[in-house]
Amino acid sequence: MSITPFLVLSGLLFSIGAMGVLVRRNAIVVFMCVELMLNASNLAFVTFARQHGNLDGQIAAFFVMVVAAAEVVVGLAIIMTIFRTRRSASVDDASLLKY
Amino acid sequence: MANSVSWLYLIIAIPAASAAVLLLSGKAADAWGHLLGTGASLASFVVAMLAFVKLLGGEASSESAMSLHQELFSWIEVGGFDVTFGLLFDRLSGLFVLLITGVGSLIHIYSIGYMAHDERRRRFFAQLNLFVAAMLMLVLADDYLTLFLGWEGVGLASYLLIGFFQQRTSAAVAAKKAFVVNRVGDMGMALSVMLMFATFGTSTFEGVDSGMEQVSSGTATALGLLLLLAACGKSAQVPLQSWLLDAMEGPTPVSALIHAATMVTAGVYLVTRSSFVYEQTELASTAVVIVGLVTLLWGAIIGCAKDDIKKGLAGSTMSQIGYMMLAAGIGPAAYSFAIFHLLTHGFFKANLFLGAGSVMHAMNDEVDMRRYGALRAVMPITFVTFACGYLAIIGFPGFSGFWSKDKIIEAAFAENVVVGLGALLGAGITAFYMTRMMIMTFISERRWAKEAHPHESSPVMTVPLMVLAVASVFGGVLLFNDWIGNWLEPVVGEGEHHELPLGLTELALTIMVAVVVLIGAGIAVRMYQRDSIATAPSADVSPLTTAARRDLYGDAFNEVALMRPGQSLTRGLVMFDNRGIDGAVNGVAAMVGGSSGRIRRWQSGFVRAYALSMLGGSALVVLALVAVRLA
Repeated sequence: MSITPFLVLSGLLFSIGAMGVLVRRNAIVVFMCVELMLNASNLAFVTFARQHGNLDGQIAAFFVMVVAAAEVVVGLAIIMTIFRTRRSASVDDASLLKY
Repeated sequence: MANSVSWLYLIIAIPAASAAVLLLSGKAADAWGHLLGTGASLASFVVAMLAFVKLLGGEASSESAMSLHQELFSWIEVGGFDVTFGLLFDRLSGLFVLLITGVGSLIHIYSIGYMAHDERRRRFFAQLNLFVAAMLMLVLADDYLTLFLGWEGVGLASYLLIGFFQQRTSAAVAAKKAFVVNRVGDMGMALSVMLMFATFGTSTFEGVDSGMEQVSSGTATALGLLLLLAACGKSAQVPLQSWLLDAMEGPTPVSALIHAATMVTAGVYLVTRSSFVYEQTELASTAVVIVGLVTLLWGAIIGCAKDDIKKGLAGSTMSQIGYMMLAAGIGPAAYSFAIFHLLTHGFFKANLFLGAGSVMHAMNDEVDMRRYGALRAVMPITFVTFACGYLAIIGFPGFSGFWSKDKIIEAAFAENVVVGLGALLGAGITAFYMTRMMIMTFISERRWAKEAHPHESSPVMTVPLMVLAVASVFGGVLLFNDWIGNWLEPVVGEGEHHELPLGLTELALTIMVAVVVLIGAGIAVRMYQRDSIATAPSADVSPLTTAARRDLYGDAFNEVALMRPGQSLTRGLVMFDNRGIDGAVNGVAAMVGGSSGRIRRWQSGFVRAYALSMLGGSALVVLALVAVRLA
């Protein structure tokens, strides 16, 4: 079975996620787009694992999931806190940390 | 080979210790400071006398009795570089030590009276002692490096004493000038010592002497010229003469001790001591002769136009040291005459300076001879002693200066007729300006300022004058049976006798000198005795007089040729530093600061902007990897 469709799907998902991170202002949506990119890379990992016939890619995918879970915990907490103080979840509003 | 003794250091140590005590003890020593200073100088004289007697006693016996030597300690010892601090009391330095401590003691005694009303008298004596110690260091050194130590020491003492009246701007400026001009000469001294170390690996007189015959003529000439430069600075010879006239700002005993009898003759000592260098180089010896000849005329001409009695004497000092340099340059035939003239000059010039000091003391520190006149009646002792010095310096037959100057003129004629004629002319000019000084000060009519009440000085001042006057009269006995020539022969070499040119005999030459001296004195009598002397100098004078009043434009030349270009160079360098170097450094800093100010704007605070640059960066990295893989 060809791996090309899987890789195309992975690329599409990654591009959608990247575009979402860049153009969307809502922190929750940006966050979901980041998850989308992570999962796109997971798809690529398992696809290549399948192609090579070993488990290295699978293991990497598990690691990415762990990191993503941890990231969700921290990231959502930050978004919650920002929302509580500013009544807004726009990433452009939270731009005080600059030159 | 030298006779080793253990007490030679006392000659230097006594005045040095006294100077330290006087400088450190503060006001407590005000009451007795001058006595300690004088006592130290006298004690040093006594020790020197003992050493000299020991030397006299050993004259008949072996070579080893020719000099006394003491090794004090190893001064500098680094690898193969070893300088031993030693003292050498030989026949040449012995005469110098006696002159320095003898005349120095008389001047110390005189200063007790002269500085009696100065509240800083203790400090004056401390500095005088410091000078004596440094000068003794200079002449007792057995090594050029040790000599250099004394050389700098006398420079420092001279600086301090010229500027003793530091509240006067002119004195402070004169002190600085003397110091700076001397630095030029010291450069020559330092370079010659370095050259000695490079060539011989040692700088002892003995080592240089024995190594001298093997060196190339270029090295010998360089060494000779560098030593001459050093001598020019210390002895106020053209072209480094300009400081001596200004140095008269110091108290008069200082002028007598440092700027007449001792320190300014250090250059002559250096050239004589380095006779083994000048033996190897015709060029440098000729340079010494030329410097001497030019200076003796230069100083004499300046002396003719000065109304300031001390400056007149200073010009005369330059001129007389020119004679000594001339003799020293001629070589073995005249070294002993250079030293002989140095000794007699030490006596009569100290006598004249102290006499001038006595007159100034009586006239409320007036130095302008146009405000003197007819002082012989009120100051008989000063007059008579000054007259002895006067007759000695012009070379009146029988007086000390007659014997010494006559010998130098004779040697000059034997060397070269032109040089001889120059020296002869110098003798005539000397007679002219000294007669002028004598007439303006002691004879002619009164031209005193209203508030002047001249009186004879106290015995503490007149007794040294009398002693020096006697020495000025009878100093010529050293020449008896050519004693001085035989005495110095082991140090400077045997003087071969030269035939005089043009069929002259010694007697004819002596008569010629006497006639020239008489003519010079006669012109002065004609000019100054007949007419009354104005109290202000006339402006309507010949260009030569104007030039002589302005020190023959020595200062003007230095200013135009050295000072202004130096200042321009400094200004240029400062500008280059400010604009060029500072500009580059500040420019780089400003560029970095400015660009970083612009670059930090990139930290906008917008997360999405960062994300975009991250994406761009990652894309670039991937592209680069792909490119490398494919290439």
